[in-house]
Amino acid sequence: MSEKILLRHEDVANLRELDVYVSDGGYATALRVLKEREPEDIIEEVKASGLRGRGGAGFPTGMKWGFLPKDNPLRYLCVNADESEPGTFKDRQILEHNPHLLLESMVLAAYAIKCHKAYIYIRGEFAQGAKILEEAVREAVAGGHLGEDIYGTGFDLDVVVHRGAGAYICGEETGLIESLEGKRAYPRVKPPFPAVYGVFGAPTIVNNVETLCCVRPILERGAQWFKTIGPEKSPGPKLYCVSGHVERPGVYELPMGTNLRELIYDHCGGIPGGKKLKAVIPGGSSVPIFTADEIDVNMDFDSIAAAGSLLGSCGTIVMNEDTCMVRALRIIARFYRHESCGQCTPCREGTGWLERLMIGLEDGGANDRDVDLLMQVADNMMGNTVCVLADAAAMPTKSFVTKFRSEFEEHLQHGGCPQRSAEAMRASAHA
Amino acid sequence: MPKLEIDGQEVEVANGTNLVQAAEQLGTEVPHYCYHPGLPVAGNCRMCLVEIEKMPKLQIACNTRANEGMVVHTKSDRVLRARESVLEFLLVNHPIDCPICDQAGECKLQDYYMDHDRQESRIPLESKVSKGKAIDIGPMIMLDQERCILCTRCTRFLDEVTGTSELGIFERGNHCQIDLFPGVMLDNPYSGNVADICPVGALTNKDFRFRTRVWYLESTPSVCPGCATGCNIDIHHRSGEVFRYRPRHNPDVNSYWMCDEGRLSYKRYQGEGRLLQPVQRAGEDWQPIAWDAAVGRFVDVLKGDKRIAGVISAQSSNEEIFLFDQLVREQLSGQVAGHSWSPEGASSDELLIDGDKNPNTAGLTELGLTLDARKIIDSALAGEIDTLVLYGTDLTQVCTVEEIAELGDKLDAAIVLDLRYGPSLEIADLVLPIASYAEIEGSFINRQRRCQVLGRSMEPTGHSWPGWQLLTKVAGSLGAPSHDSASAVFERIADKHAAFRGLTLAGLAGLGAPLGGATSGDG
Repeated sequence: MSEKILLRHEDVANLRELDVYVSDGGYATALRVLKEREPEDIIEEVKASGLRGRGGAGFPTGMKWGFLPKDNPLRYLCVNADESEPGTFKDRQILEHNPHLLLESMVLAAYAIKCHKAYIYIRGEFAQGAKILEEAVREAVAGGHLGEDIYGTGFDLDVVVHRGAGAYICGEETGLIESLEGKRAYPRVKPPFPAVYGVFGAPTIVNNVETLCCVRPILERGAQWFKTIGPEKSPGPKLYCVSGHVERPGVYELPMGTNLRELIYDHCGGIPGGKKLKAVIPGGSSVPIFTADEIDVNMDFDSIAAAGSLLGSCGTIVMNEDTCMVRALRIIARFYRHESCGQCTPCREGTGWLERLMIGLEDGGANDRDVDLLMQVADNMMGNTVCVLADAAAMPTKSFVTKFRSEFEEHLQHGGCPQRSAEAMRASAHA
Repeated sequence: MPKLEIDGQEVEVANGTNLVQAAEQLGTEVPHYCYHPGLPVAGNCRMCLVEIEKMPKLQIACNTRANEGMVVHTKSDRVLRARESVLEFLLVNHPIDCPICDQAGECKLQDYYMDHDRQESRIPLESKVSKGKAIDIGPMIMLDQERCILCTRCTRFLDEVTGTSELGIFERGNHCQIDLFPGVMLDNPYSGNVADICPVGALTNKDFRFRTRVWYLESTPSVCPGCATGCNIDIHHRSGEVFRYRPRHNPDVNSYWMCDEGRLSYKRYQGEGRLLQPVQRAGEDWQPIAWDAAVGRFVDVLKGDKRIAGVISAQSSNEEIFLFDQLVREQLSGQVAGHSWSPEGASSDELLIDGDKNPNTAGLTELGLTLDARKIIDSALAGEIDTLVLYGTDLTQVCTVEEIAELGDKLDAAIVLDLRYGPSLEIADLVLPIASYAEIEGSFINRQRRCQVLGRSMEPTGHSWPGWQLLTKVAGSLGAPSHDSASAVFERIADKHAAFRGLTLAGLAGLGAPLGGATSGDG
């Protein structure tokens, strides 16, 4: 796919400015749809496109919109721009370089679900992105693309950019809603789901930035066009965030279902320094890891799931042969311990316990049974909490230990990281 | 009315019933920490996970509504394993200090560990996260952050019931802790409840902690005597001493709660100041007198063609009020008035606290008494009364110090029946100690006209007698039929007063019942 849809700013300079965006055909779709089409019709078109949520779960977007109860006219659209899964930095590209694509898509989505107030919950650390978005909102309102009586159609949409307060859990959609309401971001017990009880108790649709940004292209070119990109059951363009040991890390726009090996070796130029590949986390730090032998897999929701991992947020983290898997897991464990909101017992205590076990393995002091204990603790955490943060900590733990068990055993026998003590010995020999 | 199956047993429940309650109907406890029937569901402790057929994941019973045809397992291997693991997680950072924890014996962490876990610790002691211990957070409550399992019952109570939100959760993950928001103390009038609902030793009651181990306590259901609301309570006592009140659930009166003032009101009935034996005046001094002689003296004073008046306080039970009224008005043709007094500026609110600090003002009026004690005092001051009987009545609430002295001169005799020493003794010729509300059987009527039963928690203090027993004895000596129990007195009340018809003390045990009819009146 040579034409860029989501990363069009890479082809058109200064696309973030309203004039440039409009002269590139921007807001024409919004104008046409608002004047010519019915909201129900839009939902049907999005359903027909097969668009699935890019935030991680891959839930069909049109279907989600259809869950809104018909009887409540007050409803909200909420954009999840709290991108914070380690290894993920795709939405940030759109927010900072192509904000009007998001805003136009929001107009279309809001029109479809008959909503007049939308929030963009943007990660607190994205100060630059928030500034750009706010400017874009101002421009769009001034240009008549947002605000009251858009294009004289009588449709209103007020967009509020809300900066997050800095916690990973604010990306969980109900944690996000709590945080937006000014509360501690404790994910809500479900049911009820946000489509029934969301922001301030009103029915709410929460969509990821990348997901929403597919809406304008779908309505511009049609559901059929969208379905021609990528596999039938999860079609469309996709942003891949590749980091770690590759020649050219970055965000790549490729069809959904791009092969992981091709992504690493063709698009990203392979592993630097002629090193061998050891492992790849395909979908952000929370998903099960692939070994070097397991990367002949297509990067779409169903294929990756069939291969035993998850597409997640498509944060692809590549590790070469020098990577200590114990250290890598310890870093992941530290992240989830630090980010657990502390609401549910298994997650609050389990994430801390996992990190403690990892510290023992890497620094020494671990007990013989600790590798097994890692697995048991992870098992006990999974599936037993309000949100999936516990699973996010447990899944990598289980897959790391299962696939690289010998490395963990080695740490145990050595009383710490053998690689690190070898480095320390070399350092002291030089001194 | 959905029908469902829990552990192989069918049960039909009301619409909207959750699975914790549905299981309870079958006598099955689904263990839980965060769930409390008086608070909104939080779903955070994960202790109540159950297996529901056709659902892949275990579900929390507290947030799952019972549906038609549901098949629920609360004791399957998966459930037991999940329970065990939640308990293990809870103990990861919990101090193992049960021997010095005041909650021991009524701690859900202890209880559930013994019931559902019992595995050896896999956590090294030195790696526990340290938090604050013994933090004074308000007049009633001490906080131990390390013992807290973060169930948020306390914060939900303060957010939803009192609306005062003094406590919040700070930090994240295993550093989470309950603490006061800056600049406030936990000092709302209901703060004591947080210690009741805390399932572990994180929030303890300052008035109670370290005074006794809970397993030495006995519990008797009763009613709080602190005001006209009549919150249902359990009196926790041991060897004739009350240690604390705990609110007892009554959906029509106090839900699960009680106020701090009521909670501490037990102190008024014990310790210094209680009258321990009958005494009679001997010049400037008091002279002890045996009960038989005291009753004889009382009867003698009442006999003959005398102008008798009596005042009885709204602290007295219905049975005492009824017998007092029968004795003074019916038998002796005297005057009777009820006395219901509350201090100026007495606390009150919209929730539970009533400005009438008497538990049984409604009992006085329902039994046909006027609340005009002052009228009787005026008659006495005018020399129209020979003998005055004061039942639990503090004269300083009705007249001035000068008037009390004048009453002493004007009256031929004054008999005082009371719990404790007080200014009324100044004019008394005979003082008869009566038992407190916690020491007798009987009933109160609250502000809703609900008749509720007192539990006899202990023997009368010293040589005091239950008031009903004393009154029936005196009445009997003067020729009236006597009663051998408070229940028998209540039966008599039900005969004579239409509003009480159909009620019995035994039948009222538990939650009590509203009186019949809209108004009182002799039947």
